[in-house]
Amino acid sequence: MNQEKSTVQIDKLKSGDEESFAMLVDETSGKIYRTLLQILGNEQDAEDILQETYLKAYRAIPEFENRSGLYTWLHRIALNEALMQIRIRKPQIVSIDDNEPFSDDLDIEQKDIVDFCCLPEGELLSKESRHFLDQAVQTLPESLRIVFVMRDIEGLSTQETADALQISENNVKIRLMRARMILRKKLSAYFNKFFIEEKEL
Amino acid sequence: MKNHNHAPSCKQMLGNLSEFIDGDLQAELCSEIEEHLKNCKNCRIVVDTLKKTVELYEKCASEETNLPNDVRERLFKKLALDDLKKHQESS
Repeated sequence: MNQEKSTVQIDKLKSGDEESFAMLVDETSGKIYRTLLQILGNEQDAEDILQETYLKAYRAIPEFENRSGLYTWLHRIALNEALMQIRIRKPQIVSIDDNEPFSDDLDIEQKDIVDFCCLPEGELLSKESRHFLDQAVQTLPESLRIVFVMRDIEGLSTQETADALQISENNVKIRLMRARMILRKKLSAYFNKFFIEEKEL
Repeated sequence: MKNHNHAPSCKQMLGNLSEFIDGDLQAELCSEIEEHLKNCKNCRIVVDTLKKTVELYEKCASEETNLPNDVRERLFKKLALDDLKKHQESS
């Protein structure tokens, strides 16, 4: 999220040059679509919001002030659009305050203690593992998934996330912690198979 | 933590782990956790794997990815840029 390496010329973009805008779309849309898929959980909604994002960006680009960088600016538009969509679909999801600091997510059993850090990078980030990582995010409850995507995937601060979701910063922290702990548990179970396979050899 | 010798302090510690790995925890609580980790192997594994979990997602997020062709096709059409896209593809 912090990379601002666009080769698109901002002056040309602001003057309405369509070729530059098409380049911008090609440079940025893959990551934005991936984020939208993660936050919204289905392809149709992600595609609708992707289209809405670039339509808005195209209309707003003459006023773009380059304070945040193009990439960040586009991601903010996409996130705002996605949150609006979620509010329409399930108004209670975004702003509900679930200040439950301790839950079952913090119960850790011996089977959840798998030191997968020692696995080689090739296994941790293989095609199959990446697919599992994506799927695991999708299984999170929506209120946790949104916070996790905003904080750990999009790189927003706790305060920015709290403001966007209209919840307290403490609530953002609690949701993030729960999301991370659930994902850690799921990855432990998933990566444990490599240790079992190793023992069987 | 179940099946674990010093259960109360483990569970207390887990509630603060997320902020601990982000470096956002008060110094006093940080020291308590670090002290606990010295003698608790299971909690060390939880901390390390929690860090690793976040790191793996960050790595995946930072990598370039292409839009599926059909999604790209419809996006350019919606933006009325499809003629331009065809031109770009042929050049």
